[in-house]
Amino acid sequence: MKPLTTEEIRAVIAKGKFYDNLFKAVGVFCLAFALLVIVALIADMVIKGSERFTLDFFFNFASRRATEAGILSAWVGSLLVMLVTAMAAVPLGVAAGLYLEEYAKRNLLTNIIEVNITNLAAVPSIVYGLLALGIFVYQFGFGQSILSAGLTLALLILPIIIVSTREAIRAIPAMIREGSMAVGATRWQTCRFHIIPYAMPGILTGVIIGLARAIGETAPIITIGALTFIAFLPPVPFSAADAGTTAGLFDWLLSPFTVMPIQIFNWTSRPDPAFEVNAAAAGFVLMVMVLSMNAVAIYLRYQMRKKIKW
Amino acid sequence: MLLVNTHIMSPNNASDLHQVSDRLAYNAMRNWKERLIEAVLLAAATVSVLTTLGIVYVLVSESISFFASVSIVDFLTDTQWTPLFDDAHFGIMVLISGTLTSSFVALAVAIPMGTIIAIYLSEFADSRVREIAKPILELLGGIPTIVFGYFALLVVTPILQFFIPSLPGFSLLSAGLVMGIMIVPYIASLSEDAMRAVPMSMREGSYAMGATKLYTAIHVVVPAAISGLAASYILGISRAVGETMILAVAAGMQPNLTFNPMEPAATITSFIVQVALGDLPHGSIGYQTIFAAGLTLLMITLVFNILGLWLRAKFRENY
Repeated sequence: MKPLTTEEIRAVIAKGKFYDNLFKAVGVFCLAFALLVIVALIADMVIKGSERFTLDFFFNFASRRATEAGILSAWVGSLLVMLVTAMAAVPLGVAAGLYLEEYAKRNLLTNIIEVNITNLAAVPSIVYGLLALGIFVYQFGFGQSILSAGLTLALLILPIIIVSTREAIRAIPAMIREGSMAVGATRWQTCRFHIIPYAMPGILTGVIIGLARAIGETAPIITIGALTFIAFLPPVPFSAADAGTTAGLFDWLLSPFTVMPIQIFNWTSRPDPAFEVNAAAAGFVLMVMVLSMNAVAIYLRYQMRKKIKW
Repeated sequence: MLLVNTHIMSPNNASDLHQVSDRLAYNAMRNWKERLIEAVLLAAATVSVLTTLGIVYVLVSESISFFASVSIVDFLTDTQWTPLFDDAHFGIMVLISGTLTSSFVALAVAIPMGTIIAIYLSEFADSRVREIAKPILELLGGIPTIVFGYFALLVVTPILQFFIPSLPGFSLLSAGLVMGIMIVPYIASLSEDAMRAVPMSMREGSYAMGATKLYTAIHVVVPAAISGLAASYILGISRAVGETMILAVAAGMQPNLTFNPMEPAATITSFIVQVALGDLPHGSIGYQTIFAAGLTLLMITLVFNILGLWLRAKFRENY
């Protein structure tokens, strides 16, 4: 091979640098495009939906007339469903994570549970809807209610909470456990007074991310048969119901309901363009809910990384 | 052991003996309580296994009733899907074609874009850019799919129609493109993790031989991280195949045996939504159809996941 002259070597280097910079530009472009999509999405909904950002929109029920329709039943429904989801998923998820990290021995059962959790995360959300339709709605007889929806979403976000709990617990050094046990604490006392409190920020991050995912989920809730047109609120505990009776403390659990994403779906699929405005406004409200939850989670994680030094 | 300890700590008299038995009783209680707590925690951990069993039980049992009235051969070979008509046909191919076409469009966007972003973030960007870019990607991944559906139908479709006037109001193309954007963060973040796990010494070796950054990224880092990249692509495929709302909103819901993304078509998921929106009686053949469709969907994701595990095992490199 003939040796290269200085000019030729310079040309090779220049070519290499050129391709490096070209790739950098493509990378920046791709990132900018992703950012552009978020901005376009939000801008479109704000501009289109701006005329609906009134108090009436938040405190009106769904209506056949686009201008009078509001999201009262939808956001109340979303809130109540999230309440059920959190009540079910947080204790279950934290307990499962705690068991797998602090108690479990390496055996077949533990292995099955671990593989299972990984696999469940890849199951499409609509399949959880089918599970809930078969089990919660018909087998358990919960019907198409807030309780069914809340439990469905709880199962859906359980893997997220379990995984984040485990990661938070794993980050606690062994000396904390040893110290606690050395002064005579039992395993549970170690967990109760040391492991859980120290893992709390990590667990909380996982819970918020899980709930943000759940509040935007549409498919499983449609599958269990949530109604799209609801012009009433679930019964308030002890309020006067019809025929002189009062509603029980838990009557709202079995009430029919609608949630924000279903309301948006309903408005988006109507041919009348007047409802597009409603869909845009409701979409923006949902985005604000989800993104602020995510932002809180990201902030929490950031704080955690900065503060904790064992 | 405990008795001895107590003995050493306190003088030997009657009242202290009484205390010893008290302490032993307390310790026995403590043991019992510990075991109870462990059992409760184990029960919580098995909920995930019960969920899987529940999914399999529901899908399989309803599908068995379904296949009692529809033959499996018809289900797999019929070219029409009209389960709710009087002249009912149950050709799942029709729905699978919609699912595969939209997934293909989505992955054609998500895999190149996600991989480029991952290579850029892991090999080129300085840490400041990364600190800003990762949360942005996370936010993009956190946007509810119904909002993406709205975006596909009412923003992206009109823009596409400006360039392709013949594009109908509902199309697999527009739904697929938006679905691709939705999947980019998943692929980018998992691939980046995989590439960052490649040891620095390998890059340094490559630089020392005079390779450029891009050459090192493509010929050293990517091959070393290939099993992680494959895993992220498989996750992307799973997301695309299982995605529901974008397709239900923007791709139309009429069954259509086609591989042309310019046409509207139903997918497995959007068919389930369509049936669930109606009011089908529990136990009817229409009701069972969605479980057979759901089982098909689960099988498709399962096949891809097994493929993913196999790929990871085959290409795994250890350093």
